[in-house]
Amino acid sequence: MDRALDLTAGLGRFVLAMLRGAGAVALFAAEAISHLVRPPFYGRLFLKAFVEIAWFSLPVVALTAVFTGMVLALQSYTGFARFNAEGAVANVVVLSITRELGPVLAGLMVAGRIGAAFAAEIGTMRVTDQIDALTTLSTNPMKYLVAPRLLAGTIALPLLVVVANTLGVMGGWIIGTQQLGFASGAYLKATFDFLQAWDVISGLIKAAVFGFIVTLMGCWCGYNSGGGAQGVGRATTAAVVSSSILILASDYLLTAVMFSR
Amino acid sequence: MSGDIPKIRLRGLSKSFGPKVVLDGVDLDIRAGHSMVILGGSGSGKSVTLKCILGLITPDAGLIEIDGRDVAAMTRREREAVNDRIGMLFQNGALFDSLPVWENVCFKLLAQRRITRRAARDKAAEVLAQVGLAASVGDLSPAELSGGMQKRVGLARAIAAEPDIIFFDEPTTGLDPIMGAVIDGLIVDCVKRLGATAVSITHDMASARRIGDDAAMIHKGRIVWRGAAATLGDTGNALVDQFARGEREGPIQMELRK
Repeated sequence: MDRALDLTAGLGRFVLAMLRGAGAVALFAAEAISHLVRPPFYGRLFLKAFVEIAWFSLPVVALTAVFTGMVLALQSYTGFARFNAEGAVANVVVLSITRELGPVLAGLMVAGRIGAAFAAEIGTMRVTDQIDALTTLSTNPMKYLVAPRLLAGTIALPLLVVVANTLGVMGGWIIGTQQLGFASGAYLKATFDFLQAWDVISGLIKAAVFGFIVTLMGCWCGYNSGGGAQGVGRATTAAVVSSSILILASDYLLTAVMFSR
Repeated sequence: MSGDIPKIRLRGLSKSFGPKVVLDGVDLDIRAGHSMVILGGSGSGKSVTLKCILGLITPDAGLIEIDGRDVAAMTRREREAVNDRIGMLFQNGALFDSLPVWENVCFKLLAQRRITRRAARDKAAEVLAQVGLAASVGDLSPAELSGGMQKRVGLARAIAAEPDIIFFDEPTTGLDPIMGAVIDGLIVDCVKRLGATAVSITHDMASARRIGDDAAMIHKGRIVWRGAAATLGDTGNALVDQFARGEREGPIQMELRK
């Protein structure tokens, strides 16, 4: 009986801690968003974060997208060949990339790059008193450190996903035409005939949400880090893990909302 | 402001972190235009006192007045206006490593749009000269500076906006004795030139005598002595005298696990 009560109490504490954490992150996000509409605005910091996310993440996102498109073409071809549906390869590639794999894989790649980098940078600023120094220099740390990054992430990831979609489809086209024997014109026609605007737009909406999540968790984990170098390391890990899980969870929710009929 | 009203007045300041009581009713007056040194061992509550005055930590209880006004009763804008008149030198410098030295020095002026970026470079060179650094240092990154240079840049950043209250957190910690004396001399010069009120926390007795007009000692979260900094070491207070002389035997017993 005592053991059962202990387990229940432990479960209760865990749930309460989760709820407390979720509430704290929500308040953090709300405060950061409120700074986006109140001056002063730090355009220079926004641009710096935007270049860091959009430009410097481009190689890793591009490579991931190309190889994913190539693998997708190969896998769907060999799978569909079992019931003579090889002709659907182009459709499967484009729908998978634009609706799911483009935004999710770009989000996960950016979580690894940017989420970790933001958490490490802001965490180091926390443990070396730089965040306190901002306050003593009449600068709100949320406005200076968090708000520009949040905005940059939310805008940059959809742009990265446009590139990822293009390169992913191109990867499928390369394999389709060079290895699987499709005619180039027929492959492209099949790709664009079945593609609808909503397939692309839904992916871009997801990307904006994922960009927000990645930058939010990077900033949150860094902002609340402590305990010296080890604390910064923990914050970095937490930023990548939490944003990756939240990307996958929110992907399900967004898909359920956007594609439920 | 009237000379009778202390620049900073603390009454019953208390702060605990979980079960650990760090401040247990701190009472202290800091006179305008004077330099106050707060002494105390590690973990005695010096830094927490400073952070409470700066608004970086919210005290559990007690009163903090600046120029006779209770900071807890101020609106956010009023509190920001008070902070605008405060400069701070952090123990480890806390320079922004993503910015060059000149932007660090003029950070507050740039953040408040009180100066253009072009004018900020000239202003930084002027302030760096006041702390004995060449204008060329302005183009370096903080990571390229030695410990003493980082302290001087931190001091330049603290005085660039010409504050009327300046806080110094362990200004000579980690420096060799000569560089410590240089920093102390710069602090005294800058504070005099600005006519500012200075509050320093330190456990370096030589530094305390050099930069302080007044001194107070905090022990176990309370102010146990206050007086002239020049009398340190011969105050008649056993706690202060043991601390000032660095003696192992006395009323202050270090908690060492054997």
